[in-house]
Amino acid sequence: MNSSARSSSAPLGAAEIEERFEELIGAVLSSRRTATGLAGQLAGQPRTVQEFTLHWVGITARSSPELAYQFASVAPAAIEALGVAGAEQWLIAAMDVFDREGLYRAAASLKDLPGFILQRREQAGAVAFEEVARVLEHFLAGLSGRPMKLEPDDLPWTDTATVYLPRRIARFATREENFRAYKVTAALLWAQARRGTFLLDAARYPGAQRELALLGVLESVRLAARFERELPGLHRDIDALCRPALDARFEQAARPLRSPSAGVADSLDALRTLPAGARAPDWAFLGKLEPQRALEVRAARLLRDKQELHSALARMQNEMRGAEMPAAEGDPMPTAGAPRLRVALREAEQLEISVELDGRTMAPPPEVTALVESILQDLGELPEEYLVAAGEGAYRAGGGEEAVELIPGADGAQGGRFYDEWDFRRRHYRKDWCVLTERDVHPGDPRFVASILARYRAQVWHLRRSFEALRGEDRRLRGEPYGDEIDLDAAVRGFAELRTGAELGDRLFVRRERNVRDVAVMFVVDMSGSTKGWINDCERESLVLLAEALEVLGDRYAIYGFSGITRKRCEVYRVKRFDERYDALVEQRIAGIQPLDYTRMGVALRHLTGILGAQEARTRLMITLSDGKPDDFSDGYRGEYGIEDTRQALLEARRAGIHSFCITIDREARDYLPRMYGAAHYTVIEDVARLPLKVADVYRRLTS
Amino acid sequence: MNAPHRDDAASLMIEREPYYQPLRGEVAMFEAAWNNRVPVLLKGPTGCGKTRFMEYMAWRLARPLVTVACHDDLTAADLVGRFLITANETVWVDGPMARAVRLGAILYLDEIVEARKDTTVVIHPLADDRRTLFVEKKGEVLKAPPEFMLAISYNPGYQSVMKELKQSTRQRFVAIDFDYPPAETESLIVARESGIGADAAARLVKLAHMTRNLKGNGLDEGASTRLLVHAAKLMAHGVEPRAACSGAIALALTDEPEMLSAVHELVSAVF
Repeated sequence: MNSSARSSSAPLGAAEIEERFEELIGAVLSSRRTATGLAGQLAGQPRTVQEFTLHWVGITARSSPELAYQFASVAPAAIEALGVAGAEQWLIAAMDVFDREGLYRAAASLKDLPGFILQRREQAGAVAFEEVARVLEHFLAGLSGRPMKLEPDDLPWTDTATVYLPRRIARFATREENFRAYKVTAALLWAQARRGTFLLDAARYPGAQRELALLGVLESVRLAARFERELPGLHRDIDALCRPALDARFEQAARPLRSPSAGVADSLDALRTLPAGARAPDWAFLGKLEPQRALEVRAARLLRDKQELHSALARMQNEMRGAEMPAAEGDPMPTAGAPRLRVALREAEQLEISVELDGRTMAPPPEVTALVESILQDLGELPEEYLVAAGEGAYRAGGGEEAVELIPGADGAQGGRFYDEWDFRRRHYRKDWCVLTERDVHPGDPRFVASILARYRAQVWHLRRSFEALRGEDRRLRGEPYGDEIDLDAAVRGFAELRTGAELGDRLFVRRERNVRDVAVMFVVDMSGSTKGWINDCERESLVLLAEALEVLGDRYAIYGFSGITRKRCEVYRVKRFDERYDALVEQRIAGIQPLDYTRMGVALRHLTGILGAQEARTRLMITLSDGKPDDFSDGYRGEYGIEDTRQALLEARRAGIHSFCITIDREARDYLPRMYGAAHYTVIEDVARLPLKVADVYRRLTS
Repeated sequence: MNAPHRDDAASLMIEREPYYQPLRGEVAMFEAAWNNRVPVLLKGPTGCGKTRFMEYMAWRLARPLVTVACHDDLTAADLVGRFLITANETVWVDGPMARAVRLGAILYLDEIVEARKDTTVVIHPLADDRRTLFVEKKGEVLKAPPEFMLAISYNPGYQSVMKELKQSTRQRFVAIDFDYPPAETESLIVARESGIGADAAARLVKLAHMTRNLKGNGLDEGASTRLLVHAAKLMAHGVEPRAACSGAIALALTDEPEMLSAVHELVSAVF
């Protein structure tokens, strides 16, 4: 390294460094405080360390030459302890302190190198909410019960629908321990919602924060004890976090809560027996209790569940009766012999639910089971009034019905087509109820597709390969060692050879390989206003990747979007017709897909069913990309009406020989999609960002 | 399948009673169907005991059992039979279907939707009251004896539209619905099949229920009874429970890292 010619990698000499320091922080140097000492320290260091120090001294000096001097004096030690990247963080942290609290604190922060090292070690073990959210969401779903959402908040708590977890846990040294704290926190909050922490009337919960906090401790003791029998592994994890242990008097008060039959009322009793000075222990998983919020959420959910249960039972009744004797419209619903739910609780957790109607007993559809479970979880029992089907009156009113006369040719109906719409309450179609117009999507940015392909280059390559493997080839392979038929040519030749004394070969068969792919697929994109923003971006990206995959496969495909506002202005947007090639114009149309108005889905599906039905193909597939329920502005489309109309439209498609499938990002989709599409014909994509890759994946799975 | 060898009914008989825990009248249903020469469709998720049920019924009815695991290259010729060429002649070799018909066996086509569509051509006449098998290449018509029975299985949970059973096919069969057994029964089965203790078996079943809760939430299927038995067997041979469940259950269910860690956490919560 000691070459005479100074290369850029050779360390700088002391004099040279001193000169640079004079230049950078001359203002704070004096006869007592010279740059010589600093330079001497730095002179023995490698060039990279020197450059790093000088670089950051320069930057710091612009804010505060004094701080820069302080930095320069400890930099070599810091770099040795933390490495270059660590030292940079350490300096940046000090500069943040300078911005907030001034020089004195900043200098102190720089000098507290051991403190920073300690903190950094903690950071290394810290776990953030985003890292664990998906794993814990699956974990809670696995523990069973209603699906629960996870959200970050300052303190852990739950309102029985959402579990709020801290943004970060850095209390323990290692990631494993911090993750465990997250898991235990989530599990105990789940248990609060699931095991009846919020079963009592609002008035019975204490109002004071201190008492609520103590109740929280007692509840965690009670709920942890419940885990001991059922989930011993989890109980061990909780136990490990209950440090320090409760003091003797607290423990004595909490003891009855460890009995399996203890409930929240026992926790309230225990709260009263606590000594006056009792303090909540500092356990990592403790958060806050918000009984009022939880009870509000519970009440709203109960109301909804009750209505849904009523109408689900009424629907079963309709279907079963309807199958036997189609009721004339306007017939009053027979109320005698309405279906009754019979619910028996077997063991601790297992429900046995059956529905009785007209003396017959049958298994309820899954949505009824889920509703019953949800209600039981909230009430601990299933009151009588929940158990009977309510007649038509119990249907949720779908908003006021407008009786607007449609005048063909007016009001946006030019060139439009009329479509019927299904009114589930009448159990009849409303004739020519919607007007639908077909339009082209206005072309968008011509560079859009190329930029997406560039961004997903690696994935596109992968996609192409996996779709190439799917490409159907209908070949008759001749001269195969086995196959369905004898290859006569080979056999004749073989026998001729045999006669001449040669050995008979074994390649004498014809084998047909694979079926031809004869698929026509229609992609239906939700262009409603709610897709605005990144959902729309993801939809468009999905289409780009899909088109890429489909071009490889050679499947026939079309892409249409839909939107609209009210039944008089339903619109279907052409992006690519079946007979169109995937060319620059189509690419621009994909780029031009925009969020517009509402989601009146039924009519769009009916129109597109017509187009797809006209395609000659063995498999006809209609895939909808959506972000939520069918919905429209006014005329009562929202809610059950829209769901039932869409369902009807899908049934019509099914009768036309079209398979429907829905890809959605709506987390609540499981509440209504099974009814609309059937249990196996939809998929929910939790993470919108993964939609583009998932869509191609789903398509492959659907057609292979 | 390329060189099927002729073997007699004896080798296809189920000698010893297979362990099967009847759940809700499926045995009586199957027997009634067999007595009335009606084919049967077993519906249910993978690993819930359909194949075992077939073995049990074959043993009970004392009929030979011919099982064909269908795959996407399985053709009608694979089922019916084909000519093979030997030194100087072509020799006809029966496929499993023709053999089952001749023997008056129970023919079980497992996962029928996987097979190619042309197989329906030979299944249909055998599944309705004609009960005949056309051996097209030989110009032969095989009439099924009264003891013959056709059973097929089908997993309705598959999403592929290519794998749906056509109405014309499914309406020829009496359907028996299979599902995972209730918890106590399932524990019993797991303990009995693997030899582990009742407590460990109950925990495995608890874990299975948790993974079944995740079906549709990121898992295509929950852990089947078969997977539980696998894990239990490992445990009975001294493999540590968490390791056994990781290998036999978690990794078998999913490759997705986040789901995998969630299942791992469920495993360590239960054990």
